[in-house]
Amino acid sequence: MTVGFVMLVHTALDRAEQVARHWSKADCPVVIHVDRKVKKRDHAAFVEALADLSNVRFSRRRSCDWGTWSLVQASQDASEVLLAEFPEVRHVYLSSGSCLPLRPVQELKDYLAERPLTNFIESVTTEDVPWTVGGLDRERFTMRFPFSWRRRRRLFDWYVRFQRRWGLRRRVPEAITPHLGSQWWCLTRQTLTAILEDADRKKYDAYFSKVWIPDESYYQTLVRLYSTNIESRSLTLSKFDFQGKPHIFYDDHMQLLRRSDCFVARKIWPNADKLYSGFLSNDASVFSGAEPNPGKIDRIFSKAVERRTKGRPGLYMQSRFPNASWENGLTSAHYAVFEGFSELFQDFEDWLARLTGTRVHGHLFGPERAEFAGGQSVFAGALPDSAALRDYDPRAFLTNLIWNTRGERQCFQYGPRDTVAISRHLARDANATISVISGAWAVPLFYSNANFSVIRREAALLQKIESAHLDVLRSHQTKARVRIWTLADFVENPMEPLQTVIDELGVRTSHRLTEAPRMVSLDGFGQFLQNLKNQGMQPHLMGDFPAVIGGPAARTKPRKPYLVK
Amino acid sequence: MSVFRSYRLRWERKRWRIRALRKRHDLKPISNKTATIAPRDILVLTTLRNERVRLPYFLRYYRELGVNHFLIVDNGSDDGSREYLAEQEDVSLWITRGSYKRARFGVDWLNWLARRHAHGHWALTVDPDEFLIYPFVDTRSLRALTDWLDASSIRSFGAMLVDMYPKGPIDDQTYVEGQDPFEIANWFDSGNYMISKNEKYGNLWIQGGPRARTFFADKPERAPALNKIPLVKWHRAYTYVSSTHSLLPRGLNLVYDEWGGEKASGVLLHAKFIDTFPEKAREEIERRQHYAASHEYKAYAAKLSDNPELWCKWSEKYINWRQLEILGLMSKGNWA
Repeated sequence: MTVGFVMLVHTALDRAEQVARHWSKADCPVVIHVDRKVKKRDHAAFVEALADLSNVRFSRRRSCDWGTWSLVQASQDASEVLLAEFPEVRHVYLSSGSCLPLRPVQELKDYLAERPLTNFIESVTTEDVPWTVGGLDRERFTMRFPFSWRRRRRLFDWYVRFQRRWGLRRRVPEAITPHLGSQWWCLTRQTLTAILEDADRKKYDAYFSKVWIPDESYYQTLVRLYSTNIESRSLTLSKFDFQGKPHIFYDDHMQLLRRSDCFVARKIWPNADKLYSGFLSNDASVFSGAEPNPGKIDRIFSKAVERRTKGRPGLYMQSRFPNASWENGLTSAHYAVFEGFSELFQDFEDWLARLTGTRVHGHLFGPERAEFAGGQSVFAGALPDSAALRDYDPRAFLTNLIWNTRGERQCFQYGPRDTVAISRHLARDANATISVISGAWAVPLFYSNANFSVIRREAALLQKIESAHLDVLRSHQTKARVRIWTLADFVENPMEPLQTVIDELGVRTSHRLTEAPRMVSLDGFGQFLQNLKNQGMQPHLMGDFPAVIGGPAARTKPRKPYLVK
Repeated sequence: MSVFRSYRLRWERKRWRIRALRKRHDLKPISNKTATIAPRDILVLTTLRNERVRLPYFLRYYRELGVNHFLIVDNGSDDGSREYLAEQEDVSLWITRGSYKRARFGVDWLNWLARRHAHGHWALTVDPDEFLIYPFVDTRSLRALTDWLDASSIRSFGAMLVDMYPKGPIDDQTYVEGQDPFEIANWFDSGNYMISKNEKYGNLWIQGGPRARTFFADKPERAPALNKIPLVKWHRAYTYVSSTHSLLPRGLNLVYDEWGGEKASGVLLHAKFIDTFPEKAREEIERRQHYAASHEYKAYAAKLSDNPELWCKWSEKYINWRQLEILGLMSKGNWA
């Protein structure tokens, strides 16, 4: 008893010859179907090349197209030849010209001999398959498909829509329940002859010849009628990408294929010399009896599909440039934005860096330059600090920075003096944590030496910008985590908000803050705000600052660094 | 896209094709071996001027990748490039004295050669200082890539330009004929690229890298374009629009995914910045044959005279394609 192979061949005839020879030498009969589209001369040479082998036959040639009935016909013809001419065959293995045996043929024979009545064919009901092309599963069996999906896609789609619209349906023959699965199977003589010699075969053939992609459903459905001994998996390792095309194996998959313990793999790139010479050499190995284990290959290919469909979040590059709201993450990692903190505290950046171990930049979007941590003029990924380059595409600057520093948390300062254009993007980004002390921009003005009229104008401008920015942050489209304190509230009790901010950064620190950054002195700041008011400008973002000179809030001593036990 | 716009682009494409047809008179065949091109051959198309010292490695590199035939336009070399190329078995050579600028920086010539000889072939259009890197380049030949593209019904393959530069002054190490230029220029910028979409042709416009960083930090809009689509399954109706940055019909420019996924892409390593560069820059400024009055070369000359170093502390040292893929400069897409 042995296994016989049916091979469907349409290209790379030299490789098909090699594989057929390999099987034939191992005493496995082979029946080959060569596509009618192969040139006469090539076909003749192919037949000639295999002429020395007594157990190789050729079946009637048909012209085959992907996903059409002709493929089933080809396999029927070839199977009939195989079953009729080689009575010693117990299992029939359907393979293609781009299949490659990965384990010695003897191992396959032994494996099948141990399971003499088992049919290896993937066969699942339409409800359970996630991989159907074109979104058609159940409808494959109930619609008509007279137009080629490959060449007449529009007509195909139109006709499908038309049938859906008018509810046109075909009747499924009563006895059968549609099943789908990989078209590469291995059936027993018993089951296969039952399918091919069934009195109703004409009826089934007529039905399936108009089903879409019948080679994935004909045997898969009918096998359920004649056998209960079905292993619903294919012995052929064959992986499909998201468009339903088979993944191709190359020389560099050698180790993976070896370790997969699968019997046959497809599809092999015809020029993969190492694979062919490696797997077709007859180095005898002991039958390990190992079950096929394609897990690792599965992972690699499913990762590839995921990369193609989802991509790497936060990466913008030459072959991934998502439309708005299709980014799947505007940036690649969490980061924190601080507004007003470095204005209020003298050493905020150092303090934060020391406490949390994150990378703390100055005003990255500052008007003069991008203030990278440590005063560097170039930063990760060779990002330059030029304000002109940065403002040419501020979003790219931000996404680049976050992408380039994957694995290290970034923090930076922002304020109304900085590039305004980025504010919208920060707010939309779910990776951003934005902490704002509103109105803190007035503190540097308070300390500035400019003429008061200049200060007043500047204050009005900054307030307008920050007010618009806060509106953005408070809008319902904002995805960032936002916390806003007014300057007055913050100064009242700075430790609590600082603790919150540190906690939200999510880096492990000692449980309670023991050291606060040094706050600048705000003596007379209330009066400063009052002066602004007196000049006709209303500073409202700071909250309620007591304004009276010598009033209860005025301090007499310089504030001490905050210390908490 | 509106019918009107697509109709206008159709006419634009026809105009470029007619222009290429006209410019064919510029070209004089020196050694035409195109009869030896087999149906499935992969072709390289190049225009060059005075690149003798680079040629041996250039030809070797692409031969090893599996390129079968080179179609080269020599625009008035006087350094022996022409004689050298005429001797090669797999090179078809045309010479021209015509204006590089008026042939739209060589595009018209190559459009013509592609139309005449590359129909139905995979055609790779590169300069002699551009070296294609694609996923699995170390284990799979270019044929594996084009077969996969064919099987996936993909007609064009994007590969952005990545400027490579040495550590230290550009002219510190002398490039020797036949040498791998990336033994000298093996550093690059990994993450300072800016992308926007060209609505008219649908291609991406990429700027950045060391040139934007050092030469165009004040006028970023003039920084050179780095997006390229060098590998195309050519059809005689296709045409490059400006350099290899964009093509018509416009569908060929969609080498990127817009719905969050990554398509497969490669990189053109650019070996421009080696010791031959300062000389080249001087020459090109005199010839005034480059894009926008050679402003690019003027910017280089101005900068290079005071500090000819592109390297910085955050430069990345080139290792292999996997590094480029991890850094996000290229992608395997769904090729595995």
